[in-house]
Amino acid sequence: MTTDDVVLTKAPRPGGFRVHQRHRTRNPLTWVRGGGLSSLVFALPLLITFAVFSWGPIVRAVVMSFQKTNLIVSEWVGWDNFQLVFSDPDLPVAIRNTIYFALLALVFGYPVPLVAAVLMSELRRGKGVFSALAYLPVVVPPVVAVLLWKFFYDPTESGVFNTILGWVGLGPYDWLNSSTMAMPSLVLEATWAAAGGTVIIYLAALTSVPPELYDAAEVDGASVWRKVWHVTMPQLRGILLITLILQIIGTAQVFLEPYLFTGGGPEKSTLTVLLLIYQYAFANSLGGNYGMATALSLLLAVFLAVMSLVYFRLTRSWSTS
Amino acid sequence: MTTIDNRGDVNPVPLPGPTTGEPTTTGVPVMTQRADRRRKPSAPQEDRGALSSADWRRPSVKYTWTTLHVVMAVILVLWGLGPIVLLAKFAITPTMDINADPLGWFPNGVAWSNVTAAWNDIQISKYFWNTVVVAAGSWLTQMVVATTGGYVLSVLRPRWAKIINGAVLATLFVPAVVLLVPLYLVILHPPIIGHSMINTYWAVWLPAGASAFNVVLVARFFDSLPREVFEAARVDGAGPFRLFWSIVLPMSKPILGVVSVFAVIASWKDFLWPLLVLRDPDKQPLSVRLPTLAASTDTGVLMAALAISTLIPIAMFLIFQRMFLRGAGLGGAVKG
Repeated sequence: MTTDDVVLTKAPRPGGFRVHQRHRTRNPLTWVRGGGLSSLVFALPLLITFAVFSWGPIVRAVVMSFQKTNLIVSEWVGWDNFQLVFSDPDLPVAIRNTIYFALLALVFGYPVPLVAAVLMSELRRGKGVFSALAYLPVVVPPVVAVLLWKFFYDPTESGVFNTILGWVGLGPYDWLNSSTMAMPSLVLEATWAAAGGTVIIYLAALTSVPPELYDAAEVDGASVWRKVWHVTMPQLRGILLITLILQIIGTAQVFLEPYLFTGGGPEKSTLTVLLLIYQYAFANSLGGNYGMATALSLLLAVFLAVMSLVYFRLTRSWSTS
Repeated sequence: MTTIDNRGDVNPVPLPGPTTGEPTTTGVPVMTQRADRRRKPSAPQEDRGALSSADWRRPSVKYTWTTLHVVMAVILVLWGLGPIVLLAKFAITPTMDINADPLGWFPNGVAWSNVTAAWNDIQISKYFWNTVVVAAGSWLTQMVVATTGGYVLSVLRPRWAKIINGAVLATLFVPAVVLLVPLYLVILHPPIIGHSMINTYWAVWLPAGASAFNVVLVARFFDSLPREVFEAARVDGAGPFRLFWSIVLPMSKPILGVVSVFAVIASWKDFLWPLLVLRDPDKQPLSVRLPTLAASTDTGVLMAALAISTLIPIAMFLIFQRMFLRGAGLGGAVKG
């Protein structure tokens, strides 16, 4: 055995089959022998599915937003699609509703999981049961959840929520039939369906608060509430920001709730941006306006991509710090 | 050949648990990492929160927090179980009673007939199996693409792997909205095949495979596998296919489990995409069919149908609870 061999086997190898490619001669045979062919074979499923169903459509979305198409012939129309979208009187309504949805979702859905997680993390036993309880709504299929809640929101006196509120002398309310209550009703259901996931994220973050910090705070004579406020909360700052961005990304794409609960009504009070995109493309039986739909989805995508970039930057920096 | 990354000299770490294999890209793993970092040195110590044992011995603290916990427990039970228990109750309550007195305790007895009517009369059985078929196929394509793709990007690593890796990662930043219309047109006029895939399950199965999230998750896990084992297998004469099938896959059961569970659950929940491409009611999964049925079905029967649709996801949750609760953020994390 020569020393060369020893070095070769002991040296840290970055990749399993990389070594073969040291031969710099480029001809098909060495390429095949060096694992080039098998790499390509293994990459094929990924390359094909991504090319056809991901990379291709992304490029096509950009192209289509500058085209007018009836699926057979396409013609370039410049910025026309964007102009049409911006001159649509429904767009400001949809944007306003989506922002309203996002704000309400923050008011309902942001503090509640945090309080629940902080309380739960102080439990001495049964933490698992409680986190499972909190997470249970998340696994209910969204369509089932919406249809079930639609029944709960029955506006008659014998509706589930109206019955319960009737016990304390409130109601009956119109819920989804009222243009002022429809959106909050949607958000309430969406919060029910999503809050469990956030609770779990916070719980995981809370286990990462170093206990030494609490010990130190106790030495300084901090009370329980001061410990929660001055130790726990600052330690959660990063994750709070991340869930905030995740929530904005999620709520900007809200579709299922307005589509199934109200179809955008009453009086367009629950028309959201994604619902508008859907209507441009698919609601018209004569063939959709795909150009307008892609133009609007591109605009939404740019906003969301900025958000997810921020998200990635944050998660990166939190994981390296 | 120069490599910039330092994966080669990373010590073989003990295999991480189901969800800790992917260190940097998502929110949750970051935290599991930190949790591990903390737990190791302080393992013998008590697992404490803001309240110390001394705090708990103080009556004022004890009573306040016990009260808070009881209140929270009641709210959590109402929140988490309430609607689901009501759904289960409605599923076996006569429609008249559901409508007249939704919260009463079976004033006129139990109607098991709801369940049989849902399963047979409105053909929930058929849609149930459609859902299973959709989920199984989506699972398969996701597994094939994620494992082979992860293998190329993490283990074989040819020269061009970096470009592919970048292109896959980039799609994480593109929200699903953008894909909606162009993807629909791809299904309508697919390349090469020529005829429309609308109303075939391929239209749901194949796009499911193009999940950057799965590929990244699996590749990161493969990264954490000890290189020495690959090297030994190679010395023993195992080719890339053998290495993939007999070494890498068996070593990756934890992550494959996670990807599988999330794949099945996600496809069970999916609504908009199957709604667009499966127009034929005979082919539709539960999530797409239920809203249509809701309009024309007797309340009791509909509730039974909803309950049946919820059974599998809840059963999966109860079985794989740890996996869900540890990786909860993963699914939502990259949705945008």
